Amino acid sequence: MTTTLSQMSDALARGETTPSKLAAESIERIKALDGKVHAFLRLTEAEASSAAKAADARRAAGKPLSALDGVPVGLKDIFCMEGVETTAGSKILQGYVPPYDATVVRKLKAAGAVIIGKLNMDEFAMGSSTENSAYGPTMNPWDLSRTPGGSSGGSSAAVAARFVPGTLGTDTGGSIRQPAALVGCAGLKPTYGRVSRYGVVAFASSLDQVGPFAQDSRGAALLLQAIAGHDENDQTSSKRPVPDYAAGFGKGVRGLKLGVPREFFGEGLHPEVEKSVRAGIEKLKGLGCEVREISLPNSPHAIATYYIVATAEASSNLARYDGIRFGHRAKGGKNLLELYENTRAEGFGAEVKRRIMLGTYALSAGYFDAYYIRAQKVRALIQRDFLQAFAEVDAVIGPTSPTTAFKLGEKLDDPLAMYLNDVYTVPANLAGLPGLSVPCGFDSKGLPIGLQLVGRPFEEETILRLGDAAELADVPAPEGFR
Amino acid sequence: MAIDRAQVRHVARLARLALSAEDEERFAAQLQNVLGYIERLQAVDVSGVEPLSFAGDAESELALREDAVKPSLPREKVLAQAPQADEQAFLVPRILE
Repeated sequence: MTTTLSQMSDALARGETTPSKLAAESIERIKALDGKVHAFLRLTEAEASSAAKAADARRAAGKPLSALDGVPVGLKDIFCMEGVETTAGSKILQGYVPPYDATVVRKLKAAGAVIIGKLNMDEFAMGSSTENSAYGPTMNPWDLSRTPGGSSGGSSAAVAARFVPGTLGTDTGGSIRQPAALVGCAGLKPTYGRVSRYGVVAFASSLDQVGPFAQDSRGAALLLQAIAGHDENDQTSSKRPVPDYAAGFGKGVRGLKLGVPREFFGEGLHPEVEKSVRAGIEKLKGLGCEVREISLPNSPHAIATYYIVATAEASSNLARYDGIRFGHRAKGGKNLLELYENTRAEGFGAEVKRRIMLGTYALSAGYFDAYYIRAQKVRALIQRDFLQAFAEVDAVIGPTSPTTAFKLGEKLDDPLAMYLNDVYTVPANLAGLPGLSVPCGFDSKGLPIGLQLVGRPFEEETILRLGDAAELADVPAPEGFR
Repeated sequence: MAIDRAQVRHVARLARLALSAEDEERFAAQLQNVLGYIERLQAVDVSGVEPLSFAGDAESELALREDAVKPSLPREKVLAQAPQADEQAFLVPRILE
């Protein structure tokens, strides 16, 4: 499977292939090769087969539901799918079978997409390497000793290994963009409120957003088209109309103004990443973009702010895992308190416990103002920096991640080093802005490098158009996955 | 700010997490390290700044849906996911001695 999502959609439209053929090829490829990668936690073969047959009939009749009708896709295991186990990478949800579909799952089905399976992730989306999954890590198809990023590492690896042409993930502090960068594909975090989170296992509700992975920006745009829009089941979802995200691709990028924040090119950025990202910026300049240096003076405070806000919200969201209504329950507790404490001790992994502890601490009596309220104030300053920048530029451009894919195990015992991976991605979450990572090059080890574009609220169309112009065309499949 | 094991135990109780002695020690050191990093926020001038809790579409914040009665999930499908339930309710250990 070497074609991109939009090429596949076109081939289906021309009748050159069928949904059943594509689904069968995808499943066959996963069975042959995913032993090396561990992108998928489980396949939904029966569901995929019947969805593909229904799509066959619609395609044959020339009446597709959308451009995605019959296209195979994968879902991060954070999306509830009726009748299919959904674990969020945690032991505490092992065996949990949701009684309903997440809104994005319902929308993908309504667009005719064929869901092939559920993808690995850091437990409750907490991590940057997929090593915090209770079900074992995912490997980067470009180098199996390295991480595919996280938390949506299964979603990125599945696209890089060409198992499926598109997947969905979630991004709370970079969990779509960083893994996309580390495997050389496109990953989009939409504006906060653009996509419904109903039926998505919650991590930090003021930051979480659902978004697509695909080999390129055009594929990401097709998936966003299917999932964007208001949902009465998610009060934060915006009622703004959903534009045609593909409309801008033919228009070019001439005259668009790009801001290069000097804070994103300082200490910690690997020279090879910098060189490649700067080459990507030059490419856009060559296509007629105006480029200027800008400052986001409060962005260096983003990681510290994030680890208060996100953990505080997580400590509250994860209170629901108490062994009463669903999921794991510890045996033998003498009373309700012991049942809660033992259930959570057995069900959560180390990183989730660490974050619950940090968030509980930040919200506890005597520390609330000093940590949580102060972090929310710094968050306001970080947002203000961006809004000021957008008065003079159309998009902010820079690296997605300070380094290329690191070795599995390398940062596992040093939580702070792991957190600092997200230094360039977290600011967009705190400010609620859309961000896109696209492949812009490779380092001397042959590992992919990602370039990030951050746009104005609800201007996904602009960053997708820029991403389409900036991204490497025809990134080859990794060795061993051709 | 020093985090000792007594503080870790207090926070773990608030969070309803049973921790082993080994966990307590490890978390004390790791939380100390992360909080040390977060300490930098104390140096940011935030005078006159309002805390930001919602970075979304301001209009959506007020978009309440109509308060109408609608069907909810079937009880048996929901109870089927419970670790322990009877025909109509979740079951928990005795609460009153």
